[in-house]
Formats: sequence, structure tokens, C-alpha cells
Amino acid sequence: MTPHVNPPAGSAKGAEPASPVPAASADPSKSVARTTRRDVLKSGGMLSLASLVGTGTLMAASGDAKAAIEWAEHFQKNYRLMTPEEKAESRARLERRYSAEYGKKVTVDTTDAQPGMLMGYALNIRKCIGCRRCVKACVEENNQSRGPRPGERIEWIQVLRMERGEFRKEKMDQGYPEGLGIQVGGNAYTPSGQVLEGQYHYEPKAVPEKDATYMPIACMQCEKPPCVKVCPVRTTYREGDGPVVIDYNWCIGCRMCMGACPYWARRLNMTNPVLPKQDMNPVTHYLGNRPRMRGVVEKCHWCLQRTRHGRYPACVEVCPVGARKFGNLLDPESEVSLVLARKNVFRLKAEANTFPKFFYFYD
Amino acid sequence: MLTRFLTDYTRYVLKGGTKYYAWMGILGLLMVAMVYVFWLQNTDGLIVTGMTSQIHDGLYFANLVFLVGVAAGAVTIVFPAYVYHHEGMHKVTVLGEMLAVSAVIMVIMFVLAHMGRPDRLWHLIPVIGIYNFPGPMLGWDVLVLNIYLILNLICGFYYLYTKYAGVEVNRKFFMPLVYISIVWALSIHTVTAFLIATLPARPMWFHSVMPIRFITTAFAAGPAMIILVFLIIRKNTKFWVDDSAIRLLATIVTWCLGIAIFLTLSEVVIELYARTEHANGLYYLMFGLHGLTALVPWFWSSVVLMVGAFVLFLIPSFRNDMSRLPIACVMAFVGIWIEKGMGLIVPGFVPSPIGEVTEYVPTFVEILLTVGIWAFGFFILTILLKGAIGILTGEIRFGASPAVAAK
Repeated sequence: MTPHVNPPAGSAKGAEPASPVPAASADPSKSVARTTRRDVLKSGGMLSLASLVGTGTLMAASGDAKAAIEWAEHFQKNYRLMTPEEKAESRARLERRYSAEYGKKVTVDTTDAQPGMLMGYALNIRKCIGCRRCVKACVEENNQSRGPRPGERIEWIQVLRMERGEFRKEKMDQGYPEGLGIQVGGNAYTPSGQVLEGQYHYEPKAVPEKDATYMPIACMQCEKPPCVKVCPVRTTYREGDGPVVIDYNWCIGCRMCMGACPYWARRLNMTNPVLPKQDMNPVTHYLGNRPRMRGVVEKCHWCLQRTRHGRYPACVEVCPVGARKFGNLLDPESEVSLVLARKNVFRLKAEANTFPKFFYFYD
Repeated sequence: MLTRFLTDYTRYVLKGGTKYYAWMGILGLLMVAMVYVFWLQNTDGLIVTGMTSQIHDGLYFANLVFLVGVAAGAVTIVFPAYVYHHEGMHKVTVLGEMLAVSAVIMVIMFVLAHMGRPDRLWHLIPVIGIYNFPGPMLGWDVLVLNIYLILNLICGFYYLYTKYAGVEVNRKFFMPLVYISIVWALSIHTVTAFLIATLPARPMWFHSVMPIRFITTAFAAGPAMIILVFLIIRKNTKFWVDDSAIRLLATIVTWCLGIAIFLTLSEVVIELYARTEHANGLYYLMFGLHGLTALVPWFWSSVVLMVGAFVLFLIPSFRNDMSRLPIACVMAFVGIWIEKGMGLIVPGFVPSPIGEVTEYVPTFVEILLTVGIWAFGFFILTILLKGAIGILTGEIRFGASPAVAAK
């Protein structure tokens, strides 16, 4: 599982200038227009569901508004199949519920993928000092669960600590078999060089440590994501501007995507997420950092609530050494495009043919 | 006529001796426990289980995979009966179909137990939800399992109905369904193997011997259980299962078990000879990794049970002795159950794709829910078998007064 060094799939300089309309086939929301007959059938089904929802709302209106909203949420459609009106309705519903629940004004953004944008990420492993500020910033930005029990702690970024290791003289004669000449040297099976057996729970007095290097990982936002292929209900999908997202209200918690991910990027909400009111980030995106519920899968989405409005993801912003670069792969002048054009880059586990849009590089 | 069939059938299965009521009562109690822990799991979440984000498929998924095999195993009765016209098997075909029906229902129960949000199951239903097809293997699995359930329900109950009514089987309608269900039995376990073998992120599963290994273990575990059921039926009811049927099943178990052991050995040699990082899962299973050895006793007990059962099946005086045969059957069944669960599903997650070695220990809640679902399955199986036997022995017959069962 040694990372393979690969040239970038397409030199950013050679890329076409951004066209005003994004490639239709790349945007999953565009495929909706084709399934007209199904839509008619669906809307029929939704009509009856809507009446059910209405009844439910009436029934609960006198008592618990939260329950009524959750009841309505139960019957909403897959996000991609919602009409703009339904999206607005769902958004308003969520904003009402979250605002009441967390005691502050919570916004749920529904901004779509912007034309001419293909998000990309590059990380300088030479620079990373293993401080894990990115991990912390990510949890705070993206409203992850942070309870005391192991199942209540969710982090999307892992910084793997890799031992530098060393080749030792005294181990030279310790290999096997003995007698007829050593075939496996005594320095085999000792860490040196990067292998994916890093530790991500390390507590040193100071970073960087002398005997370690660091390899941060998170969702690679693959161009050919295996997690999307195995989802039986199409709740996880690739957005037009690149990130792989999850409709948390549609996920059935079957965990096939978690088994399919070669980067261990996905987490299950093992229980009702623990998110203290005062720590909740009220600026959210529907497909991004809005609070999740029990039993659904979540993962990094490159801070859609920020990046769809021209800001950097939280991890990029917080990195004290500037190891993290983010930008538009279609813009030859963006930081990430410049990295791809000028540095030696590689993709993690390139042999899996997932074509990540998350690149590693070094000076 | 149909309503008479249903009322006679229901009346028959409701009546029974003390032994019958005690058995059903115990199963019923376990089912109550099952409902309680299922409710617990769906209010507190999967945190009440031993599963984690590292090892996120556990006991439920393992039982699901195993029971798909048991369901597919019913074909070891149907195939000899209809393709080789085996007399003894032909008499009991319908019992195999009833076993398949109960096994598939248990599979569905384990799917519900496994899901993080079973309340959203409707998202899978076409038209009102999204049925993602043909991309995900899970979609294929849902499809083949449901059709297999329907095929067996139709074949089994149509046959029983004709027996009840005393009319001839319409072969133009019945035989095509039987042949389809034979092929379909293979498909359900093949697709279930594909379900996990198509994940390159989990190197322990990512190899092409998986489907045939699934089939051979299924055709060992399934008939092993059927033999046990047949022997119980012989002892407790008026229905007599021929020795020839049991002997043929024992032969099938023997050789499928033999091939399964051979395939496991091949895997061990190939993986451990090169011993790449992709072999770490198997190494963890066999010897432990980084000092964690929770699965090692499971693996070796499974090896002992499977090889031991194989040797016992090879001894003629043993396999032909109906009082000793159950020992080997139980050994094979338990051995394969361990091999599918602790020996296949869990080590697939160890180490994780980033090399993390963690352990999985099922909680009491998880074990209770699993036992509860098995009880539920046996409850259904008992009802289905009792009804079927009542019809086969002629105790339920159109126009006959309902008889009291012996069981």
C-alpha cells in the first residue's frame, strides 16, 4: 500500500478554459430530466405522502413542533429529485428545526454547483508538521459529533504519523533462515519509509517530532468514487463541481459505501450526535455540515458551505505551515493548478483507479 | 376452496402437543426479547452494538451471508428430485422449499437489524423511493433474494395446495418455475459473494474464489441443517423421510465440505506465501496481528469442526448410522457458521484501509437480537414444516376433519 507516484491525469495548463456551462453529463442533477414517466409516478406517490405529512403536521401542531418537522422530513424526497420549491420548503423546515434545537439562527444553504468550477486539493507532505489543527478546525466547522464515547467521536481528517525508522547494524544478522544464508533481512518488518500503517492518535510534547513524518488523509473526492457506485439508494453522489456528497435525510445506513472506500474516509453516526449548542456552527449547507442524525454516514465534503461562496475549506485556512492548497482545477492560475503544473504530485492508492482530486506533493 | 385450504392449514398448525407449545413458547419469548433490543438499537443507535466505524459489519451481516447460503442449500433437494428424479428426494422437496422460505425471511430480518435507519427502508422501493440499479451489488442482492422468496413460496404452496385439493400438478406451470428456482438458488449466493468480493478496498474479500467458496459452504451447511431437520421430523411426526434422501444429502455435504476445505487451503497458501499487506486480514484471523488475537480461537475451532466433520462423513459406519450422523452435521453447520461470520466478515475489516488494527466484540444486545432472529426463523420454519407435513401425510385434506398433530 505504498503510495504510487503518478503524473497528474491532465496537466492543468492544457485544460480547456472554463466554459460557461458545466459538462452536463458530469452533473448528476441533470440526469433527472430524462426520467419523466417515473417522475409522474413519483409525484403521484408524493401527493399522497404530502397529505400524510399534512395530517401529521396538524396532529402534532398543538404539541411538539420539532416532532412535526421530523415527521415531515421522513417523507421528503431525495434531494436531487426535489423541485426548487421543494428544496426551499425542506430548507425552511430544517432551518426552523435547527434554530429551535440549538437556540440560535441557523441557516441551511442550498447553493448549487457553480459553472466552470471543478474543485481540487493539493497537500504538501514535506511541510506538514502533524499539529492536527486541521482535524480540530474540521470538527468545529462541520458540526461533527464530539461525545465522550468512542462511537460519538467523529473526525473526518486523520493525520497519520509515520515512523522514519532506521536500519540498524545489530539487526543485520538477525534475519531468517539461518545457516544457509539469510533471505529475509533482520531489518525487514521495521518501519522506514511511508507505509499506510500510521498512527493517528499520537500525543507528543511538541510537533514536528524528530523521528516521524506525517501524512494527513481525508475523503479524496474521487472522480470515479467506489462509494457512489455501491450506494443502493443514490444518497451519495458526485456533485457537478467535484465533491462527493451525501443526502443525510435519504441515507438508509447500510454502510456499503464505508466498505467500498479505500481511504477509510466515511463515518457512521453510531448514535444521536453529541453537538453542544454553544459549539454548533450555524452556517451550514444542506449537503455539507448541517447537523446529522443517528444511523447515517457522513464524510468530508470540502466545506461546501464555504467553498461554494469562494472561501477556503476550514482545514486550508487553519494550516499554520500552508501545506494545504485548494482551488479550481479548471482555472490554470489557481493554486492547485499551479501545484499540478510545477510540482511532483501523486495520488494515494492510485492502483485503485479512483482518480482522487486530492493530490499529494512535495517541494 | 382456497379459503378452506387456509382455514384448515391454520387450524392444523395451531394445534399441537405440549412439546410443540413449549417449543413455540420459548421461541416466542426470544422473539419478544428481539423486539425489545431492536427498539433499543433504533433509539440509541448502533452504539449499543460492538460495531465501530472501523469494523462496521458484524454479527448481523455475517448471519445474513450465512443464511443466504442456507436458503440456497435447499436446491440440494430440489435438484436431485426434479433433474435426477430421485424418489426419496421427490417426496420431501416441499420441505426444502419451506426451509428456503424461512431462511430468506431471516435474511430480511438481519438486513433490518444491520441497517442504521430501517425506518427508511422505503427509500429502496422503486417508484416511491430510488432503487439504484444496476450499479450497486446490494440492489442485485435485494432483487435476487426477493424473487427467490417468491419462487419458493409459489412452488411450495402450489404443490401443497394441489396435494390438499387432490388434483394433479399443472406441469406446464409448475416445472418451469422449479427449473428457474434451481438456477436462482445459485444466483442468490453468487450475488451475495459479489456483494463483498467487489470491494477492492477490502483485500481479504477481493478475489474470484469467493463465489465458489460461498456456494460450496452453502451446499454443505444447507443440507447439513436439512438432514438434522429430517431426522427430527422422522422422530417426532408420522412422516417418514427415506434413508436414501438422507444418504444423498450426506454425500452432498461431504464433497461440498471437502471442496470448501480445499479452497480455504488454497487461499491460505497463496496469501501467506507472498504475505503482502493484503494478506494481513487472513494473518490476523489465523495468528493475530499487533498482539490482537480475538479471532484466532474462532478460526481454528472452525478448521477443527470442518475438517473433523469431513473425516467423520468419510467413515461409512458413521455416516450411515442415523443416530451418529447428526454429530457430523452439527459440526459442519457450526464450523461453516463460524467460517462465514468470525472467519470472513470481521477480518475483512482488520486492518482497516489505513492499516489500523482494531477488534470487534459483539455486545449482549447484538447477541440477543441475533438469537431472537434465529428464534423467529425457527418459529416460521416450524409452522411451515408442520403445515407441509400435515398435507403430505394427508392429515389436512379437502373435506377431511382437521386432525391433531403428533408433534
